[in-house]
Formats: sequence, C-alpha cells, structure tokens
Amino acid sequence: MDYLLTEEQQMLQDLARRIAYEKIKPARARLDEAEEFPWEILKDLAQADLAGTIIPEQYGGLGMGAFENVLLLEALSEGCVGVAVSFAASFLGAYPIMLYGSEEQKQTYLPGIAQGNTLAAFALTEAQAGSDASAIATTAAKDGDAYVLNGTKQWITNAGVADVNVIIALTDKAKGPRGASAFIVHKDDPGVSFGKKERKMGIRASVTREIILEEVRIPKDRLIGREGQGFIITMKTLDLARPGAGAMAIGLAQSALDEAASFAKERHQFGQPIFAIQAVQHMLADMAVRVEASRALVYAVARYIDTDPKDFSKEAAMSKVFATDMAMQVAIDAVQVMGGHGYMRDYPVEKMMRDAKILQIFEGTNQIMRNIIGLALSKEYTKKK
Amino acid sequence: MLKIIVCIKQVPETDKVRLDPETHTLIREGVQAIINPFDLYALEAGLRLKEAQGGQVTLLTMGPPQAEAALREALGYGADEARLLSDRAFAGADTWATALTLAQAVRKLGGADLIFTGKQAIDGDTAQVGPMLATILGIPYVAWARKLTWAGDGVLEVERLLDHGYDALRVRLPAVVSVVKEINEPRVPSFKAKMQAKKAVIPTWTLADLELDPHEVGLAGSFTQVVRVFPPPARGESEIWRGDPQELAARLWARLKELGRR
Ligand SMILES: Cc1cc2nc3c(=O)[nH]c(=O)nc-3n(C[C@H](O)[C@H](O)[C@H](O)COP(=O)(O)OP(=O)(O)OC[C@H]3O[C@@H](n4cnc5c(N)ncnc54)[C@H](O)[C@@H]3O)c2cc1C
Ligand SMILES: Cc1cc2nc3c(=O)[nH]c(=O)nc-3n(C[C@H](O)[C@H](O)[C@H](O)COP(=O)(O)OP(=O)(O)OC[C@H]3O[C@@H](n4cnc5c(N)ncnc54)[C@H](O)[C@@H]3O)c2cc1C
Repeated sequence: MDYLLTEEQQMLQDLARRIAYEKIKPARARLDEAEEFPWEILKDLAQADLAGTIIPEQYGGLGMGAFENVLLLEALSEGCVGVAVSFAASFLGAYPIMLYGSEEQKQTYLPGIAQGNTLAAFALTEAQAGSDASAIATTAAKDGDAYVLNGTKQWITNAGVADVNVIIALTDKAKGPRGASAFIVHKDDPGVSFGKKERKMGIRASVTREIILEEVRIPKDRLIGREGQGFIITMKTLDLARPGAGAMAIGLAQSALDEAASFAKERHQFGQPIFAIQAVQHMLADMAVRVEASRALVYAVARYIDTDPKDFSKEAAMSKVFATDMAMQVAIDAVQVMGGHGYMRDYPVEKMMRDAKILQIFEGTNQIMRNIIGLALSKEYTKKK
Repeated sequence: MLKIIVCIKQVPETDKVRLDPETHTLIREGVQAIINPFDLYALEAGLRLKEAQGGQVTLLTMGPPQAEAALREALGYGADEARLLSDRAFAGADTWATALTLAQAVRKLGGADLIFTGKQAIDGDTAQVGPMLATILGIPYVAWARKLTWAGDGVLEVERLLDHGYDALRVRLPAVVSVVKEINEPRVPSFKAKMQAKKAVIPTWTLADLELDPHEVGLAGSFTQVVRVFPPPARGESEIWRGDPQELAARLWARLKELGRR
C-alpha cells in the first residue's frame, strides 16, 4: 500500500532496505548461530548516516521524527530483528539525553551516537524489578560533587558494548518511584563490570548482559535532568521506543509472510503448488491482512507522535501490543505454512519465530501494555461521565 | 591535495541482458541501468585514498543523458563532483573514441594525480578504455590493482592480481589504475551525501565544450566496427569421472582409443 512517503522518507527507507537485503540478510544466520554481535553492520549503518536518524541536526544527526524511526526499524527488521535491536537500543540510550539532558550533555554524547562511533544502552530492569520497575534497588548516593552508584542491572541490551549507559537509580529510597533518577555511566568508569552474555531463545545477534555497579563514582553533572525525574524520563523514553518495537514486528512479519508465500508457490503436494490449497491460501491471506493492519496502526501512531501531543502513552502502547502480538502469530503461521521445512534451520522462519517472542516481552510486556491502555481508557470514561 | 578522477560507466543489469536474435544488438528496453559493478570498487578506492591523503574525487562518465543518474547515484557514496560527457556526436563510440573523449575531459579538468577505472565494463567487457586513456594521456597504466599503498612523495605501491599470485610494483603519479573486486568492500551510500547528490549540479560537457573534432569521436572516430554479435559456440559435453587414478587412467585410455577409431 502507498503510505504517501515524502521523497526524503522514501530515500531513507530505500537505503535501510538496501542494507537489510545486501548486508543483514546474508549475515543473519551466521550471527544467530554464532551469537555474534553485528559490529560490521552497525558500521555500515553509521556510514550511511542512519545512526543519527533521530538525533537533532545540530548534534550531527538527521533530525528526523518518530515516523522515520519506524520506517527505518521496519526495514532493518526485514533483515534481522537481532541486528535491529542492537541498533535501536542505542536510540533507547539516546532519548533520555535528547529529552532531558543539559546542553553540555547533549554536546558531549549525541554527536558520537549520531556518527555511530558511540553505542548507547538504557538500563532499568533488575532481578527483582521487571514489570514492577518501582522495585529497583540500585542506589545513587550524593557525595560532594559526585554520585556513588551501587547495584546490578539485569538483561541490558548492548551492555558491555555500549560506551554510554543510562542507569536508573534511587537517589532517595524513601520517596519510592519519585526518588529515582537517571545517570550517564561510561563503560570504563571504575567499578563498572558486566555479567556473562545471556544465552537467549532469539535475537542472538544482540548482546544481553548485567551491568554491575560497585562504588561507581561519577561527577554530579552525569545526572540527567533533576533528581527524582528518573521514572518520568523512563516513561517518556519507553513511550517513544514502543512504536519502534511495533515497527520491528512489522518488518519481521512481512519477511515471514514473504518467505512463506514464495515457498508455497514452489512446494508441490497432491499435484499442485500448496499455494493453491485453500486452507493454505487463507492462512496467507490472514497473515497479509494482519501485517497491513499493524503497519497502518504503527504508522498512524508514529505520525501522531510527530504532531507533538502532550501524552501518547496509550497510543504508543497500542502500536506495540497490536503489532508484536501480530508478529508472533504471523511467524508461527509462516512456519506452519512451510511445514517441516519451516522448522529447519536451513530456512529463516524458525529464527523469525524465535525472534518474534522478545517483542512481546521487552520494553514493557504486552500485559503491561494492556494495563497502560486500560488505565487510559478508565480515565477517559471517568471524565466522560 | 590529491586530484582523483573515477571513470564510471552506466551498464544494463547483466543478468537481464538479452540479444535481439535478428539485429544482434542489445535489447535495452525494460532493463535497469546500473553503475558498472567494478566501477564501484574504483570509486571506493578513490574515496579511501582521499580520506587517507586528502583530496578530491571527481566522477566522469561518457554516455547518453540518462547516464546522469549513474553519476548522481555515485555522488551518494561521497564523491565530490561529477561531469557528464554527452553529445549526439559521441554515440557509437568504440573503446578508442571513448578513451579519447574521456582523456579530453581529464585535460579540461586540469589533469589528475590518479585516474581509477574498473577492471572492465560488464557489457562491453573489453577492458580497453583504461589502457587507451593512459596511452592518450601519456601516463603509466596499472591493471588489476588489488591493493594500494601510499608510499608518499607521489609514489603509489600497487599489488596487481594475476591468475597465480600477484605482481608488486611502484608507480609514480600521475597514473591510470584499474581495480579488481578483491581491492575493497564498497561502502553503503550515505543519507546525507544522497540528499546532496539529489540537488547537485552536474555539468554536461558536449563536443563543443571539449573542443574536439566530430571526426575524432563517436562512430566516426571509431576504428572498430561491430559486424556481428554472437554467443560463442557451446562447448561439447563434458563428463566428470570419479574413482581411483589407475582405474580412471584405464578408462580414459579405452575411451580415447574408442574416439580415435571413429
Ligand atoms: C532480551 C532482553 C533484552 C532486554 N533489554 C533490556 C534493556 O535494554 N533495558 C532494560 O532495562 N530491560 C531490558 N530487558 C528487560 C525487560 O524489559 C523485562 O524482561 C520486561 O520488562 C519484563 O520483566 P520480567 O522479565 O521481569 O517479567 P515479570 O515482570 O516477572 O513478568 C512475568 C509475567 O507476569 C506478567 N505480569 C507482571 N506484572 C503484571 C501486571 N501488573 N499485570 C499483568 N501482567 C503482569 C508479565 O506480563 C509476564 O507475563 C530485556 C529483557 C530481555 C529478555
Ligand atoms: C552490444 C554492443 C555493441 C557495441 N557496438 C559498438 C559499435 O557499433 N561500434 C563501436 O565502435 N563500439 C561498439 N561497442 C563498444 C562500446 O563502445 C564499448 O562498450 C565502450 O567503448 C567501452 O568499452 P567497454 O565497455 O569494453 O569498457 P571497458 O574498457 O571494459 O571498461 C573499463 C573501464 O573503463 C571505464 N569506462 C568504460 N566506458 C566508459 C564510459 N563511457 N565513461 C566513463 N568511463 C568508462 C570504466 O571505469 C570501466 O570500468 C559495442 C558494445 C556492445 C556491448
């Protein structure tokens, strides 16, 4: 379908697709199999200026919005979601600095991220604080001109490869969620270390590790925004990231549909291509409808975000939950359409099925998305009475 | 500041090329035009040298007006400027007339330290334009470069890929160098450069601009004429035998005797 892209958006999508098809696709099975971080591909993306897509122009980026971000992540995910996640996690680390950072912080960190010389990460989750982010135990104690951080962040994408890590820590335990603050911690700050690389079901090209903070002393100008803003920063960051997760879902699902449909044209049973069997054709039809409906929703939400609304938590959650549930279903169906071939590692859909699952879990589980939407609805309908 | 010129040719995408069985000419309709793949390696070599030593990369192509698209695309990789050599008089040029026209453009640009070309064009396939260009300009030509090292002082060390191994040599600039695919991995285009390329002004130089005589260029200036284009005759059938050497030798001998009797 034609989504009326501008010439610039079309160019961005073409460039991202080209990288997805020429660089990512040929490498994805190897990266998955070897659980290898996609350094080369991230270099290509940097060379193409895409690492700076969402970074404002005055800091060396392309200064583009949520919609372009969605086009980009969708295109990359047609290649491999593991690679797309490694790439996008850097944006997750950049948003807090872009949204709440001081001018000095922006000048220090954003150009490096935009050029792709610096990778970033965003660290909220801990062993006892998953969906319940308010249960975090990492602390940041003020000590003169410095903060001293202690605690362990769990399952952090890009941990150990990112130079810039945004860490959410408690500056005032007594205040609960209002006592959380966001800090910039460098990979090589004394006292920072990383846990083992987690062995995952999917997105194996991406790195997921613990960030261990032991008496990490950082200058006080590494605080992002003010003390106590940690959770507001987190919420805004995740609101912006969620349509991105939706976009990855569309890219993956489109790719799974492409694989399944082409296979169905070639595979013959009962003297005909299985594509001609109505039961198979109906599955493909449902897959196509779901992909297109998700794309329309994710694009619409991203375009809405670009109008700069005050609050878009509900819409962001909708785009994430709908598209990622869709991608899981479509990936499962792609394997089904391909039968035993789909189950074999020689074909890419089994990997897509493994990769799709994470999209329903991270950046807030899909249950949490429904909580957010439900809460917003409840407020709306209370007001309306 | 190195002055680097990269010659690129717009060619039809090879796997889609068909010959008209009647006229023996290329059927170009509906076939997508691309940059000759080898020329992207030449461009990458030019860009890397520029990045390492400082300088400017100018793209040059001779072709119909549509060839401007190839130049614009190549600018998206980060070349600084481009010239299109286009004139009805250039049509039908053979390798010599092509090289002569390119050489005149090089002179008009004020010469260059290095001129890169691809190993060959995937449509014409002659690999003659580079050496002829060097000949006309009266400068050295180095074919099939697979590695370049800047030795300083206007000297380039080149490894040339051969069938078995390689040649190592030094060349004093200016020179024309053709490159093979082994030399590098071309970068992906950059978004910012593509945006600039969209707006870039690409001057077209005509016969008059190049101050050439119409008899020197195009079909009129060509020494060769294509009389007929045909696919080479198919080779005879081949068989591959596997087995132990003694048995294979015996089998071969038997077969040769059998064929000899025919
Ligand atoms: C590969 C990977 C990469 C990650 N990358 C990052 C990262 O870069 N940065 C980061 O900070 N975190 C990251 N995470 C953590 C991720 O965000 C959390 O896993 C996620 O928020 C869910 O938390 P949990 O796994 O502890 O699940 P839990 O919170 O333990 O949830 C378990 C189940 O209970 C359900 N549940 C829990 N509470 C509720 C509720 N109130 N209502 C309804 N259902 C509920 C959940 O939906 C889920 O089904 C990553 C995780 C993975 C697996
Ligand atoms: C079907 C067909 C019909 C032809 N008909 C005729 C004909 O009727 N009469 C005739 O005289 N010749 C004809 N030619 C030859 C044609 O003119 C040559 O293709 C052309 O001169 C370039 O030679 P080449 O393609 O072999 O390039 P090569 O010598 O193989 O190219 C080597 C390198 O030189 C550079 N280069 C080559 N061409 C250009 C260019 N135009 N602009 C900039 N750089 C370039 C590129 O860097 C390229 O990688 C025909 C060719 C074909 C395929």
